Amino acid sequence: MDVKTILQDTYTASSSAQSGLSAFQQENWTNFSNWGLPALKHEEWRYTRIRNLFSDKLIAGQHQLPAKETISSFMLPGLESANSIIFVNGYFVHELSHIQDDESSLIVKSLETASNDEDALFVKQNLGHSARYHTDGINALNGAFAAGGVYMRVKKGKSLTAPVAIYHFSDSSNGLRFSQPRVLVNIETGAQATVVEHYINWGSGDTLTNEVLEICTSQDAVLNYIKIQDEGNASSHTGTTHIRQLAKSLTHAVTITLSGNVVRNNLNMVMEAEHGESHMYGLYLLEGETLADNHTIVDNAMPHCYSNELYKGIMDGHSTGVFNGKIFVRKDAQKTNAYQSNKNILIGSNSAANTKPQLEIFADDVKCSHGCTIGKLDEDALFYLRARGISIENAQALLLHAFAMDILDQIKDEHVRTFADKLISNRLSFTI
Amino acid sequence: MLKIENLQARIEEKEILKGINLEIKPGEVHAIMGPNGSGKSTLASVLAGREDYEVTGGSIDFLGKDLLELSPEDRAKEGLFLAFQYPVEIPGVSTTNFIKTAVNEKRKYQGLDPLDAAQFLRTMKEKMKLVQIDQSLLSRSLNEGFSGGEKKRNEIFQMAMLEPKLAILDETDSGLDIDALRIVANGVNELRSSNNSFLVVTHYQRLLDYIVPDFVHVLYNGRIVRSGTKELALELEEKGYDFIKAEVEKETV
Repeated sequence: MDVKTILQDTYTASSSAQSGLSAFQQENWTNFSNWGLPALKHEEWRYTRIRNLFSDKLIAGQHQLPAKETISSFMLPGLESANSIIFVNGYFVHELSHIQDDESSLIVKSLETASNDEDALFVKQNLGHSARYHTDGINALNGAFAAGGVYMRVKKGKSLTAPVAIYHFSDSSNGLRFSQPRVLVNIETGAQATVVEHYINWGSGDTLTNEVLEICTSQDAVLNYIKIQDEGNASSHTGTTHIRQLAKSLTHAVTITLSGNVVRNNLNMVMEAEHGESHMYGLYLLEGETLADNHTIVDNAMPHCYSNELYKGIMDGHSTGVFNGKIFVRKDAQKTNAYQSNKNILIGSNSAANTKPQLEIFADDVKCSHGCTIGKLDEDALFYLRARGISIENAQALLLHAFAMDILDQIKDEHVRTFADKLISNRLSFTI
Repeated sequence: MLKIENLQARIEEKEILKGINLEIKPGEVHAIMGPNGSGKSTLASVLAGREDYEVTGGSIDFLGKDLLELSPEDRAKEGLFLAFQYPVEIPGVSTTNFIKTAVNEKRKYQGLDPLDAAQFLRTMKEKMKLVQIDQSLLSRSLNEGFSGGEKKRNEIFQMAMLEPKLAILDETDSGLDIDALRIVANGVNELRSSNNSFLVVTHYQRLLDYIVPDFVHVLYNGRIVRSGTKELALELEEKGYDFIKAEVEKETV
């Protein structure tokens, strides 16, 4: 069976005519059928080859669920009793999820349910907004499977007592597992939430995850979003996090990529109202033959918005880091402040970094800046540490850890920051 | 302790050291003086193992080992210490964490157990007094935003923590006011013993009022052209380097 047939069969089996999502899925399936998977000749996919990840051995669709104990063993330390949303093979599993916050603060339900109840209008208006920025087959393919997704709403004026951790389990025990999680988040006026995503390759085979997460923030809402990717190098990932600031609100996103065969992260900030503020931080720590590609978009449609962006990369071995940062400032978006910086350190003699800032400015009274660096570790600093008796390996680890700290420090949740720091310290193999 | 024979070194195509001979015995303090560009800092860097310099001839014996065969970190672990002329600012690395790493790597090299947190803290407190350095400074990033005096005191503090057998002070006096100079010199004097030695590299005699050397050498144009006792430093202070230059040029004619 070829890939298309496998996907077609899974699609047919999972779509239901009664669902409020059926039209949406149908449209996306048609788009996917027409567009296919993006190739290298697609401008947005120049450095990142994903077609070859879709082998005809690919396994899609739901499968057996992990035991509760398995789920528990992968929980982020300190967040065991926080809100947890469990996806298995790209399908939201309600019975394995745990909602700590009261229903008066937080609603979590399947996207399909939300498409048929009081949230139907919100779903209809906001689901799929990311496709306007990603007219490609990979976004459409996820849309075709949206019925397996989750919907989450943080209610007006409520501040969640605990982060919402989304765990993506992919069962690769029978071979290459293809998962397509879909998440829609509605943060209402004055509400505040922290959303953490974590990915687990549950098995010894390969995984491929194609995710779309869409978040809308309302007036005075505050969102902290953290994505931690450390699934191992048998896992590949294409994901879009699409954040719409519907009114003046504050968003803060940190993306940490520590492993993965081919990883593509899209992060979009759509500033649709005046005085919106967004912060975007990223760290990619790569080794072996891996590739991580971060594409970010800040779309300033209205005046007086502020955005700041800092992505840092450390490439060892034959790995490749890609950064593409787009900033659009539309005609009406006067007084925009938008800053962007990308810094890379190449450790491996065969490692590479591709970095491309892309500013398209149509307003005349704005402050925008961008900068990028690709370099090696500071030789003077390295010598200073070695001259004190610190081995070259530990000296490198100390300097790289310091380089990564700027991003780590941006993770506001203490448990998540400690967890990420531990992963990074282990990776930098600091030993005495 | 240290025996340098006919040491020659260059950076890129430029020859800087053209045959240095120097022997330092345990307990001795040697001062190397000389005009700018004479090769003083190059000598310090070559001893510490900076890879920008290529050693083209000669030998250095340090406590019976061929120093030139050792990596910078192994030189340090064998007991060599360089107090930098320009200590490097390293954002994101805390001074305390850095020193702890250095101390414990050295202990491991010596076959000793690492210091536990309490032992380390006790040693640190003791050595902090020596150079009047504040705890708050040590919890900050290494040298980041430190004043010139703070950086130099931090160098001497590190030296006190690492207890080297041979310490090379590369222009430790540069950029220091008298008070800071006194603190730094006191720190050094406290650490002087019959077992360890110092090589003080300086442009000015001023530091030698506080750290009194047993021997003074004048480096000029990549060679040691005069050696004597502390009186030589005073003579240089009085007459300036021009008289040495003139004498050397007369001799070579």
